[in-house]
Amino acid sequence: MHPVRKQRLIIVLCVVVFSSLAVGLAVYALRGNINLFYPPAEVAAGLAPQGTPIRVGGMVVAGSVERSDDSLAVRFAVTDYQATVPVVYEGILPDLFDEGQGAVAAGVLGPDGVLIASEVLAKHDENYMPPEVADALEKAGRSPQGQLL
Amino acid sequence: MIPEIGHFALILALCLAVTLAVVPLWGAWRRNLGAMALAPSLAVGVLVFSVIAFACLATAFLQDDFSVRVVAANSNSLLPPIYKFSALWGNHEGSLLLWVTILAGWMAAVATFSQQLPTVVLARVLAVMGIIAVGFLSFSLLTSNPFERLLPSTPADGNDLNPLLQDPGLIIHPPLLYMGYVGFSVAFAFAIAALLGGRLDAAWARWSRPWTNVAWAFLSAGIMLGSWWAYYELGWGGWWFWDPVENASFMPWLAGTALLHSLAVTEKRGLFKSWTVLLAIFAFSLSLLGTFLVRSGVLTSVHAFATDPARGLFILVFLALVVGGSLGLYAMRAPTVTSRIGFAWLSRETLLLFNNLVFTVATLTVLFGTLFPLVMDAFELGKYSVGPPYFNAIFVPLMALLMPVMGIGPLSRWKQDSAARWRAELLLPGLAAVACGLLLPLFGQGYNLWVALAVTLAAWLVLGLARDLHNRIRSAPSIARGLRRLPASYWGMQLAHFGFAACVVGAVAVTQYSIEHDLKMAPGDSETLAGYRFEFLGLARVEGPNYLAQEARFAVTRNGRPVARLAAQKRRYLASGSVMTEAAIDDGLFRDLYVAMGEPVGSGGAWAIRLHYKPMVRWLWLGALFMAIGGLTTVADRRYRRHRAPARAPGGREAAHGTPA
Repeated sequence: MHPVRKQRLIIVLCVVVFSSLAVGLAVYALRGNINLFYPPAEVAAGLAPQGTPIRVGGMVVAGSVERSDDSLAVRFAVTDYQATVPVVYEGILPDLFDEGQGAVAAGVLGPDGVLIASEVLAKHDENYMPPEVADALEKAGRSPQGQLL
Repeated sequence: MIPEIGHFALILALCLAVTLAVVPLWGAWRRNLGAMALAPSLAVGVLVFSVIAFACLATAFLQDDFSVRVVAANSNSLLPPIYKFSALWGNHEGSLLLWVTILAGWMAAVATFSQQLPTVVLARVLAVMGIIAVGFLSFSLLTSNPFERLLPSTPADGNDLNPLLQDPGLIIHPPLLYMGYVGFSVAFAFAIAALLGGRLDAAWARWSRPWTNVAWAFLSAGIMLGSWWAYYELGWGGWWFWDPVENASFMPWLAGTALLHSLAVTEKRGLFKSWTVLLAIFAFSLSLLGTFLVRSGVLTSVHAFATDPARGLFILVFLALVVGGSLGLYAMRAPTVTSRIGFAWLSRETLLLFNNLVFTVATLTVLFGTLFPLVMDAFELGKYSVGPPYFNAIFVPLMALLMPVMGIGPLSRWKQDSAARWRAELLLPGLAAVACGLLLPLFGQGYNLWVALAVTLAAWLVLGLARDLHNRIRSAPSIARGLRRLPASYWGMQLAHFGFAACVVGAVAVTQYSIEHDLKMAPGDSETLAGYRFEFLGLARVEGPNYLAQEARFAVTRNGRPVARLAAQKRRYLASGSVMTEAAIDDGLFRDLYVAMGEPVGSGGAWAIRLHYKPMVRWLWLGALFMAIGGLTTVADRRYRRHRAPARAPGGREAAHGTPA
């Protein structure tokens, strides 16, 4: 074989091996690190897995936000107006988190149906709704204020 | 009246761009010199009219002309003037106009500084850029006209700029980032022009190298500013989130880094030609993809202004045309430009090939992680999100593989090198690097294996660079003369590689040694963190130009000695009513102290407070700054200018300069 061609062949083989390693690594990394979004209705229906990281989002139920007096623990509920999921979280909530607004909580669902959140995301600005929440509300056929569409 | 002038100027710019896209290409095909010679003046014409349009929109913003829709939606009479100006690109329409203006600027720069290019090459390059300009100008005019009026129902005052964007860093972040994004269009245009002409040689690589370096430098600086802004403005002290929007700017940077190094091989050795062309296409396509991701509203972020599906579709079609067209051309033409030059396994070519492999794989995995949720969502397979653990799991090993090779790179020789020479050159740097890795982390909080590894690899890089510098000036009569004799492109490489080492150390140290406490604090409370005692002195009300704020004041002491006074704010902006966290930071080369306010908790004036101790976080941005400066320095190299003197013989003097990559 021509030496230049031989060299090319070896390079191509190296590239293939290296890329397959990378793909393997990517798939492995992806398996443990993706989390799926569930609207509250699906959580209530028992479709969401317990013990693996998921995201749940909806409108924060008015009057549901309860803070602890001596720590940063907070309890609230999110709803798509078909079902309500209670969430517990400890930490600082984002600036635009408020009752009656859309929010997404990422965490693990406990056996009692309470989401233990490690992260809470709210809207980015006044007019903006997290797309998952907008979608969940649309599926439930409700406006953000809860009226039937 | 002024907005109409702007609109008209934008239409004229489009007409000129269409001419630029058609006439010089036709001229290059029919060998019509007159048609080809039109290209530079047309390019300058597009710039003139884009700048007029830009100036008109800026005037509308500065004069509070709320009859213009984007001004009404994104500005406010209370906004400080500098933010009124930067509000221009704090929205979809205006940022697109900025994009077009910068593209026109790059075209005019190519027209001005590339007079020494053969007419036919220059005509093709400018025409390809003209085609891109046509795409973006018609996108702007057809789907997102920045000059649209709200008549007769003109609002009395504007909606205000998103408070997150009211920040000095955000004034220059978008222009810098766009300079980088759009700058890759030059490398792309050179690549397409070369494919059209069927001539890919060292001269072609030499022409496109300085442009690529400059674009890459701007992109580095833009990404750095974005990261810095996220750190102090988002109020939770992170510096990189692997957010799809960040990835959108990071992917062209990764591909661009591969392109820089591949261009070096093509220029110096005439190898990897087709691959370099492919990378140029790839880098610019990723810039376009980034624009699509960020601007089409498929992603959730402060950057996603547009939610109009027509816009997303337009960019998607444009992207498909550009990528499809250029890859089609590549498939037809690339086989004719293969090279038949060999190189040994132990050579700089192999090392740079490895660099390309690592950066390409990195780009593809980031691309995969970014697009995966979008694709799954588009096919209704569920709403996934891919988080930082995925990206870290891939990125950390890739960089750890890259750095040992990167340390050898500058010392290696083209074509044929020997293991014995590498051993002799690198034994000392290697041992010293291991010593650094063993000793330096002792000065941090506890010995940490990750930090030790990062320090070892970074020291390996820096000491390898120092060894190479030493070798190059060894034969000079004096050190000063030896240093002066080195070409600018070599200094650029030194700076950029040094910056990369600093970045790695900063990233690993801040990840491993950061301490974060979120807690409830009332005035009078104090908390100690990494030896620093934060005392909450009290709350105050502060009035800003367009906001009211609660200010939490802290005194920081260490072993009883005062270190800093910090005042974090929670602002409520008057026009929009939105609430913003303003972190207070005491910065230093070796540590940042960071305080941010959460929300009021319970009664008695207590607040949720976020306290951070961030060691060496500045190294990240300083490192990126070094990379950017390095990229810009290379342009000063004489060999990029020497062919302006037409009669000089090539070769000869080149060898005397040494061969920096």
